[in-house]
Amino acid sequence: MGRTATPGPADPPHGRLGALLGRQPVGILFAAPYAVFLAAIFAYPLGLALWISFHDYFFAAPGAQVERPFVGLENYRAVLSDPQVRRSFLNVTEFLLINVPLTVLLALLLASALNTAIRGRTFLRVAYYVPYVTAGVALVAVWLFLFNRDGMVNQLLGPLAPDPSWLINSRLAMPVIALFVTWKQMGFFILLYLAALQNVPKELYESAQVDGAGRVASFRNVTVPGVRPATTLVVIVATITGANLFTEPYLLTSGGGPNGASASPVLVMYQRGIEQGNPDVAAAIGVLLVLGVLLISLASRRLLERD
Amino acid sequence: MAIRWLQRTALFLGALLFLFPFYYMVIGSLQKDPDTSLAGAFPTGGFTLDNYAAINARIDLLGSLVNSGIVTGGVLLGTVVFGVLAGYALARLHFRGQGALFAAMLLVQIVPFQLLIIPIYVLIVRSYGLADSYLGMIIPFAINSTAVFIFRQFFLALPEELFSAARLDGASELRILWSVALPLARPALLTASLLTFIGPWNEFLWPFLVTKDADLQPLAVSLANYINTGAGRAANPFGAILAGAVVLAMPAVALFVAFQKHFTASDLGSGVKG
Repeated sequence: MGRTATPGPADPPHGRLGALLGRQPVGILFAAPYAVFLAAIFAYPLGLALWISFHDYFFAAPGAQVERPFVGLENYRAVLSDPQVRRSFLNVTEFLLINVPLTVLLALLLASALNTAIRGRTFLRVAYYVPYVTAGVALVAVWLFLFNRDGMVNQLLGPLAPDPSWLINSRLAMPVIALFVTWKQMGFFILLYLAALQNVPKELYESAQVDGAGRVASFRNVTVPGVRPATTLVVIVATITGANLFTEPYLLTSGGGPNGASASPVLVMYQRGIEQGNPDVAAAIGVLLVLGVLLISLASRRLLERD
Repeated sequence: MAIRWLQRTALFLGALLFLFPFYYMVIGSLQKDPDTSLAGAFPTGGFTLDNYAAINARIDLLGSLVNSGIVTGGVLLGTVVFGVLAGYALARLHFRGQGALFAAMLLVQIVPFQLLIIPIYVLIVRSYGLADSYLGMIIPFAINSTAVFIFRQFFLALPEELFSAARLDGASELRILWSVALPLARPALLTASLLTFIGPWNEFLWPFLVTKDADLQPLAVSLANYINTGAGRAANPFGAILAGAVVLAMPAVALFVAFQKHFTASDLGSGVKG
């Protein structure tokens, strides 16, 4: 592009206008709908969530003028002293402790196995990805059938079946949900690892082989360090997915049962905010949840990419 | 050799385990009475479509499917039209605010949507009065940021000469996008559309919050409501639930199996690598 080009609609404007709008101001027009969308559905609600969490906020009829006084940290105090909220944060911690390590381990093992040339790859890929593309509600329906008191899992276990049964057992409900989500999301994380594996230089495997390393050793010394950035990404995305947990406790354990043992923060947020009409308290739960996700993300970056 | 054989066997057994719930969903939806024994998972006869009739009598399958289709179609339309425009601008044009928009696009994928559920509910349901409307269900997902990312990465990978030649010919940017970039972008369009499809089609929480009117509920919502409240009265409650689950799962699974070639690491890889 230069001054010799035929003047056209895309010709870069010069001078002050160019400095103000950039070389191709038509880009602003192209990007405007998306920018407006992000501002309206992401930036503004983010600010609104913070604002609500510091005020005595309640639902009012559209257009009604109501007083919503600033209350400082009152909502946060209410949230932190609420045993059900505290329980839900403990629950999601338990969920993450099961789900994240299991996801990282299985996804990496499966991805590196799928990365080798084997027969039936298409079938294998479809099998491992298909839970990811399927509606959670439909999959929960089958797990309800499999894990209910008279379900197939207990039939197979016979006298070993847990009592009370899986979904109504306060110690087993959360682990079952963690397993469900691990299974459902696995395909996506395999995909992330498969992409990362394409970037591990083949020569590293060859030289490991020359050094006499077996398959296990080269997995540990070449594959694992080679996909480390992807592992950070997997940990972060799995944590975000866990923080979003709602459908499973709502449907699989009928509302976070038994007795709140499998309630997730988002479920409590829904109950407090929309069922009970306290959006201010619910917004505070959301802010705390995001702070937690941010902390875990930063920590996992530090831990996994320290060298 | 032994390790390789073991690995293959484990991979195939794992795949069967992953698929079993899908198989069981279909079998359970076709049985007159639930048989939860191991033998019951491999029945030889006695299949019936009664369960499909039973669920259809309770939640109007066709109407719910149409609702799911309208919501998903709206999101796809918004993503393809405005997402391609934004992806092209981010990749190929230089304008004020480009860096900020790119950063926002990345950031949006990290913040859990559920955090925003309360303020978005306040805005859409309370301020704009869009409860019980298709628009209210579509708006929060109207432009899929992952798809924008895929479009950007794809347009970025195209050779610069293509664009400078067209610009020298005096073509407008819209014209270049339409007749130069877009015809080449078919694989990216397909991958992004597939990825976008599964979001709104499978989404439960948001449409559940904004629709009280059963005539407007997508299938995921009406099936969930049936599981939670209505199933007790059916002759074979699990059969009816599983029949609904098959209908809900089928379109996404069929699309995925048909186009699974476009759902690969290399298609998404450019996006993942950044």
